[in-house]
Formats: sequence, C-alpha cells, structure tokens
Amino acid sequence: MLEQRERPSLRQKVCSRCGKEFGCAQGEPGCWCESIVVRRETLAELRTLADDCLCPTCLAGFAERDQRALGEPPSTNGHGTGSTWAKAVPHASIRARGVPLVWGLCAFVFLAGALLVALGIGPIAIGPGAIAESALSHLPWVHLHHLHSFEDAILWQVRAPRVVLAALVGGMLAIAGSAYQGVFRNPLADPYLLGVAAGAGLGATVAIAYAPPGSRAGELLPLSAFAGAILGVACAYLLGRSVGAVRTSGTLILAGVTVAAFMTAAQTFVQQQHAQTLLSVYSWLLGGFGSADWHDVVLVSPYIAVSTAVLLLHRRILDVLSLGDEEAGSLGVNIQRVRLLIVIAATVGTAAAVSVSGLIGFVGIIVPHTIRLLVSTSYRAVVPLSLLAGAGFLVMADVIARTVLSPAELPVGVVTAFLGAPFFAIVLRTTRRMAG
Amino acid sequence: MSVAAVEVQDLSVTLGRSHVVRELSASVARGEWVGLIGPNGAGKTTTLRALAGLVSFAGHVLLDGCAVGSSTRREIARRVALVPQNPQTPPELTVAEYVLLGRTPHIGYLATETRADRLAAERAIARLALRPFAERTLGSLSGGELQRAVLARALAQEAPILLLDEPTSALDLGRQQQALELVDALRRDDELTVIAAMHDLSLAGQYADRLLLLDRGQLVAQGPASEVLSEERISNYYSASVEVLHRNGNVFVLPRREGDPCAR
Repeated sequence: MLEQRERPSLRQKVCSRCGKEFGCAQGEPGCWCESIVVRRETLAELRTLADDCLCPTCLAGFAERDQRALGEPPSTNGHGTGSTWAKAVPHASIRARGVPLVWGLCAFVFLAGALLVALGIGPIAIGPGAIAESALSHLPWVHLHHLHSFEDAILWQVRAPRVVLAALVGGMLAIAGSAYQGVFRNPLADPYLLGVAAGAGLGATVAIAYAPPGSRAGELLPLSAFAGAILGVACAYLLGRSVGAVRTSGTLILAGVTVAAFMTAAQTFVQQQHAQTLLSVYSWLLGGFGSADWHDVVLVSPYIAVSTAVLLLHRRILDVLSLGDEEAGSLGVNIQRVRLLIVIAATVGTAAAVSVSGLIGFVGIIVPHTIRLLVSTSYRAVVPLSLLAGAGFLVMADVIARTVLSPAELPVGVVTAFLGAPFFAIVLRTTRRMAG
Repeated sequence: MSVAAVEVQDLSVTLGRSHVVRELSASVARGEWVGLIGPNGAGKTTTLRALAGLVSFAGHVLLDGCAVGSSTRREIARRVALVPQNPQTPPELTVAEYVLLGRTPHIGYLATETRADRLAAERAIARLALRPFAERTLGSLSGGELQRAVLARALAQEAPILLLDEPTSALDLGRQQQALELVDALRRDDELTVIAAMHDLSLAGQYADRLLLLDRGQLVAQGPASEVLSEERISNYYSASVEVLHRNGNVFVLPRREGDPCAR
C-alpha cells in the first residue's frame, strides 16, 4: 500500500528510564514499539515520566502492569479493547512557527532606533547619549549630568509625548489591521473597514461645529470621535446581524460600507452647515500628532493596552480561522463569538487611537502585509510583529512629517502613503520574484 | 446493548425554503463504516454537516449518547472530526502547523499547544507517513499528499467519529484506493467510526459495511452493498444506466452507454 511501510531504519537511543541502549525507529510505522500494547492512560503517564522513548524491557514492564490491572492474560494482539500502541514516548519535534528570533530582534531594533531618532531629531538636535543620560537622571536616586533645562523640556514635554503617542497609534492600527484581515479573511480589510473612520469623522466634526462657545473643543473632540467610531461599528454590526448573516463575513463588510457611507454624508452635511469649521475638520481628518501631550497618552493607553492584549492572545485562533468558517467551526471554534470579540477589541483600540491622532491611513494594511511577505503568513508571527513594526513605522513617518518642511508640518497620513506605497511595491516585487 | 456511536432520529434540515434532509433516522454502531450514497443534491453533505453540528436541524442527533443540539461546539469537535470535500489548505502553512490546528478542540481558547498536543499531532503525522513532509508547506504537496495531510489533521483531533465528505474525489485511481485503505486501517487500529459520503458506488460498496442511499433528502434504502446496489435502484435514483456485477462477494457498478453505436 504505502511505500513508507518498509522496515524503518533504527537509531541507537538511550532509554529515558533505565539508561540502557536500544534501537528505535523514531515512532515511524513498523517500529518494534507497535507490538507492545498499553492503555491510553498509561501512555499519557509515560509521557509525563519520560522525555524520550523507553527501551523494549521497560515498555514491556508497563504493558504487563496494565494487563495485571485489567486481569487479562498477556497478549500481543494489537487491537484489543481500549488498548493502544505504546508508540514510543518521543520528543515532540514538530511545533508551530512563532515569531522567528531574527525577525523579532529586527522589529525590536527598528522600533528602538525609530524612537531614538525621533527623540533626537528636531530644530534642536539631542544625541542618543544625552537622551539616555536625561532619561536616567529622571529616575530617583540617580544623579547625572543634566541637560539644560530648556533641552530637557523639549525632550520630555514636547517630543517624548508625541513620539510615544505615534508609537501607540501605529502599533494599534497595524495590529488591528492584521486582526481584521484574519477575521474577515480579506487582504484588503483595514481597521477602518466597519465604519470606525466615518464614525470618528462625524464625531469629531460634530464636536468642532457644535462645541458651546467658551468650552474647549480640544477636550470634547477625542471623546466625541471615540463615541462616533464605536457607534459606527456598532451600527454596522447590528445591521449585518439583522440581515441575518453574521455567519458570512461578506455581509458584515457590506453593512460597514453602508454605515460608513451614511455617516460620511452626515459629516459632510454638518461640515457644510458650519463652513468656518472646514479648516480644523480637514486638518483633523488628515491626522497628525502636532498637538500631542502626555494627557493624550494617558487617555488612550489603557484602551490600546487591553485591545492589544486581547488581539495578541487570539493569534492562534486567527490561524484556525484561516481554514474558513466551516472548518474552524468543525474544530470547535464558535466563529460568531470569536468574530465579535476580535471586532470589539480592534474597534475599541482603533477608536481610541483615532480619537487622538485623526485618520491615519495605510498603516493597518501595509505593515501586516509587509510582514506576511517578509516573514510568514501565520498570525502567530503577523500579529506580534505588526505591533512592533507598526509602532516603529508611524514614529518614523511622524519624524519625516515634522522635519521635511520644518517649521511647517506635513500631515502624517500623507507621509505614510507617500513613503509606504513605494516601499510596499518594492517588497511585493522582490518577494514575488523570489517566490516565482 | 451498548450505545450506538451515532444515533439519528427524524433529522430534518431546511436551508432557505428547501427541505434538504427530511426525517432521516439511522443508527451507526461503534467501529462501523457507513457509506452515504445518493445523486447530487440528495443531502449527503448536509447530513454530514448536521452530524458535526454545523447546520441547525430539527430532530435528534446523538453522538455516543450525547445530543448534538445541547453540546458546545468544542464538545462536538471532540466527538466528531469532519473532512470536508474541498478543505481550505492555506498554501503557506507547513504540514506540521496544519495538523496542529486539528488539536484546537483540546486547547484552551486563548492557550497555545502543550507538549501533549504536539505529540498527538506528531502521532497523526507518523500514522499517515507524512514525517518526510512535516516541514513542507501545503502548497508544495501533491493531491494525494495533501489528502493525507487533511486526514492527519482530522486524526489529530482524536475524535472517535470520522465524517468524510467525498474523501477521494480529487485523487487518481491508485490514490483513491490508498486513501480508503488508510481510512480502513485507522478505523481498525484506532477504533474509529467512519461515515463517508461517496460518489463512486463500487468503492463505496467495497469499503463500507453498510450503505445508506439518500434521494432528495430521504433515506430510500439501507443495507449491505449487495442489497442496496441494484440496477433498478441506480436507474431510479441516479437516472443512470449501469450494469451491476457481483464477483467474489464484491459489487461492481459499471456505467453503460445505452444505444451504443458500435453495438448496432
């Protein structure tokens, strides 16, 4: 029948129990251990006792113990009731690839480098050494040479919050994008797919247009944008479910498109009615970190932390979903619940990110796909690496946004697309050429 | 009497407005191989999906005495493994990773594989002679190897009931026989119960202990191949013109062209 059924080659091994040498076929069909029968429970016990295969003598001892326990005469028949082949106790040599060490390090170095560059570059340059010293001097009980208080203020009150916020938002958008692509099995899915962007845009516009005079729109805006984003996705989800087909992800995407179109129309209407708000709405929509302060960081970090943690924990489930709804279901996964959970986590995190940064496009698509092309398509690699690479990418993009036309600023969304698109094209070309 | 592996009572499935399966009742003993046969659209696939709890149904389905309707997805997945007709096989996944996904019903929702899971997957890989392919990607496998990988994934699930939907439809003649022999060996060694929807009636008759013939959602005949496979029935339900041969206790169904121009 099968060619591989020939007598397998034996390898010398040392019994993990008595230390005697013996020949083992590594669990291949035809190994001597197939003739020894033990109960499933015994096999499970053996796996906890020994790391590797046992010698014939030791294994036979366990088989005899089983037969005594069952009160049956010893037999060599391999197909008795409740019996199973002893089948060795091998090392589990197979495993799922996670994040390859090299790529994990690369992503860390990229993020760390981006952070250092971003903290150092500006109208007043601050070297990496000075940054490290200044950071240490802010720790209690450490007394080092201080930066000038002026430079210190620039570093910690102006640049640091901006850089940290860009890292948080970039990581969040990229990880949410990777999760959306997995849960909808759609390479074009991005975190804005289900109406986050349109909802946040409407919320922000309403806040800018209707903020009561005297109040500071700057405080209302993030809240309103956050609420709008959540509302958008909630409407899309409820609409999708009322059509009766949360089972098929296509319907949900269509519901998202519908809700987004409606909310964009409402936003445009509000904007037209309050023409004086045009400029501030427009600049918010383009996204940026120009007004970032520590308050923003404190505001969004809890949401982003929880959302990121939930998505990271789902990385194996996302691989299961890649088999399709039907097969994931037959493997015991409750598709609807998983989809809802991931959508909620990604939405809350994205909404928080958007509420302080505006709409920054492209990060959620380009970062996960670059990782798929360079590293692996398994979500065990894509999800965690997206977080790191997305953070580094947006930090770098923000550096460029505030330096090229200094002292003027480019919208960071322009930079992500302007640099991201050609970079992505290069990655696409080279990896496809190598594969093809 | 021991509990049947699968007990189906008045199973009905409605998809949209069409009644795909109507009041199907059957019982499958532990360790038995039952072949589901019937023309296209007879409800074979839907029946299998109902047994795996993937489609809502009326009636009762008991797996080892436990009702599918009141079990969680996870509990069902530990009892039945389903090999669909066209399984999704992400081309970049390695065989090892793919087989490991079969352990999902045994892994905590947000947990990762334990050593026991990796050992179970490794056993399934060894059992289907896939060791040399363990680190290869699914996209690089031939049709026969891919079919073995899919079976290995189902086997890693360690469910006592194996549902196969057209397990050999993509394979050549030799690979078909190999795959079915393999399923039969697994059934004997691991004491599996096999329910397989099959198009090739001769193969179905040779491997299954018993055949269930479905037509438009209804069970119209059941029993050993020699009884179920008659020229009259096949002509009735399949609208096919065939000759049924009985040789050495086996039944062969041969398609025959009516009004063969050469015979004139």
